[in-house]
Amino acid sequence: MASIEPSAEPILKLRGVSKQFGAVSALTDIELDIHAGEVVALVGDNGAGKSTLVKVLAGVHQPTAGTIEFMGKPVDLDSPGKALEMGIATVFQDLALCENLDVVANLFLGHELNPLALDEVQMEVRAWTLLRELAARIPSVREPIASLSGGQRQTVAIARSLLLDPKIIMLDEPTAALGVAQTAEVLNLIERVRERGHGVVLISHNMEDVRAVADRIVVLRLGRNNGVFTAETSNAELVAAITGATENAVSRRRARKEEQMEPQA
Amino acid sequence: MSEQNPPTALDRSDSRVRHDEGIAGALRAFIDRIRSGDLGMLPVAVGLILISVVFASLNPVFLAPNNLVNLLFDAAAVGCISLGIVCVLILGEIDLSVGSMSGLASALIGVLWANMGLPVLVAIVAAIAAGALMGMVYAMLLNRFGMPSFVSTLSGLLALLGMQLYILGPTGSINLSYNSALVKFGQILIMPHWLSYLLALLPGAVMIVLGLGTMRRRAEANLSSPGLSVLIAKAALLTVALLIAVFYLNRGRGVPYMFGLFVALVVGMNYLLTRTKWGRSMFAVGGNREAARRAGINVGRIRMTAFMFCSSLAALGGVLASARLATSSQQAGTGDVNLNAIAAAVIGGTSLFGGRGSAWSALLGILVIQAISNGLTLLNLSSSLRYMITGAVLAIAVIVDSLARQSRASHGRG
Ligand SMILES: Nc1ncnc2c1ncn2[C@@H]1O[C@H](COP(=O)(O)OP(=O)(O)OP(=O)(O)O)[C@@H](O)[C@H]1O
Ligand SMILES: [Mg+2]
Repeated sequence: MASIEPSAEPILKLRGVSKQFGAVSALTDIELDIHAGEVVALVGDNGAGKSTLVKVLAGVHQPTAGTIEFMGKPVDLDSPGKALEMGIATVFQDLALCENLDVVANLFLGHELNPLALDEVQMEVRAWTLLRELAARIPSVREPIASLSGGQRQTVAIARSLLLDPKIIMLDEPTAALGVAQTAEVLNLIERVRERGHGVVLISHNMEDVRAVADRIVVLRLGRNNGVFTAETSNAELVAAITGATENAVSRRRARKEEQMEPQA
Repeated sequence: MSEQNPPTALDRSDSRVRHDEGIAGALRAFIDRIRSGDLGMLPVAVGLILISVVFASLNPVFLAPNNLVNLLFDAAAVGCISLGIVCVLILGEIDLSVGSMSGLASALIGVLWANMGLPVLVAIVAAIAAGALMGMVYAMLLNRFGMPSFVSTLSGLLALLGMQLYILGPTGSINLSYNSALVKFGQILIMPHWLSYLLALLPGAVMIVLGLGTMRRRAEANLSSPGLSVLIAKAALLTVALLIAVFYLNRGRGVPYMFGLFVALVVGMNYLLTRTKWGRSMFAVGGNREAARRAGINVGRIRMTAFMFCSSLAALGGVLASARLATSSQQAGTGDVNLNAIAAAVIGGTSLFGGRGSAWSALLGILVIQAISNGLTLLNLSSSLRYMITGAVLAIAVIVDSLARQSRASHGRG
């Protein structure tokens, strides 16, 4: 594919970022660059610190140490509102939707059109357009979120992140609950966002999806950087980086399967 | 997208959704909503009719036009307080000090206006400003220290009561002049008949005009509308009901200006809650605070405005109460004022659990509370019995609220 050459100056640059929750060091000394027009996949085991990193960048958590530079300037992401304003949009793993509000209200939450006399018609039209782009299967945008299925909610959360035309969009396991068609649409969408010259951070446990769209694969392990790879890296190498050993649960399982296959052959 | 100019409306393309059209459709959708636990105003409407029937059969004076006019005079003050309670309940918070706040405001009126001779408007503004300040304090305690609002306002209840007793001094009660505009407003000022009829026609007319505008815009945007028949039916029903009510009240003294003020406040609050970004943020914070924060909403500021609205409206309620009673006394704002204000909001359908409610619940709820109190007074029952019955009514309202919440959860309606 004809990907745009990543610019030299990263949009987002993290140096030595650490985050402690009491005695737990969720992140230690993280370095990360995100360029315009680039998809960075963030992979790692459960509890590796991926979501924590995303939350730090979304202004939800404040880092205990380290610097974050946005467009070359050091920034202090002290509230989610600030991150959104700068153009960092996030789809959280836990989605963060208001169950008591309907789909339209959730999509536009915090950024309603015409604050003093809400423009419901315009918002509803935008909502349908956005949801169509994602091949969403949502029967009605005037039903409370509580009545939607898991995948439908995920689609709403993704649609919301696109609303403000952000410079960077961070997706924390966006396809975990999605159907085949919807997953494909999300991958298409990631490519479209990249073509527009924006940065994408994708967290996923699905290596197939990651390989399909990622320009770089950043591995986290136990809250630390554990190597940067490309889509061409072999599976064994990636798994080794994620689990921290060439001898791991995945390789052992494969070896066992191969052993079982051999006697039959 | 490959399809151009889809023949079906944007919101009608999913074949799984039943499309309710016309009056029958609107009725069917309404019944579905009730079944799933989205009760809205239904319990309070049923309650109001039940109460009227019971009290009217026990004492026919209950339904006499002038008794209803009195009831409206009485409802305005606590109704105002209840409107403020709606604001904090939507956030899932509570203000237990509204009674004391109204008492303090009433004392301020007595001291600043009747005793010190300041202009009455200055005294009113000072009372409301005191309310706003108190709301700010509660919000700061919550935002800075995470102090639960039921604790901070419980201590506020005592502190404000102390303040009220302190500024009233040893005499304990200040009489307000019967010839003053404030007391006339609270006791006798009635709308001229032509004005009351005009105001009764207004909501229906506004509904039609706005409804037609919305329908046109939705049609232009290729969205469906429930249809003209529904709009006209709703507006006609509302207009007829209001005209009958006004006609009946006008056979007595008429519609009090003070009640008109209260309704105007309710309408204004309803607009703020349903048609502005601030209102959306209120419901978002009440529904899921963390999600609201992550959407970029300044949760602290929303809480600040809600608590300030609540305490200011409580203060205004205190001003109206002093006008109604023509006195600022140590008793103002004590007794059942607190409970009545909170009960009214909950009975009207505003949830104690946050995230759902409406300004109208203050209006309908206070009518129920006031009808009970008025009916029991007509039966010559002592206040001890009144307290017990009001307490029981609040308990029932909370049970209905909790059951409806469970039902909504199982029907996926948040
Ligand atoms: N709010 C919190 N308070 C305390 N500890 C936390 C908090 N959030 C995360 N942690 C800890 O930080 C570590 C990293 O968690 P994180 O959610 O970032 O993992 P993850 O890589 O997203 O995992 P998964 O793949 O399961 O989503 C975990 O050990 C977790 O227990
Ligand atoms: Mg995670």
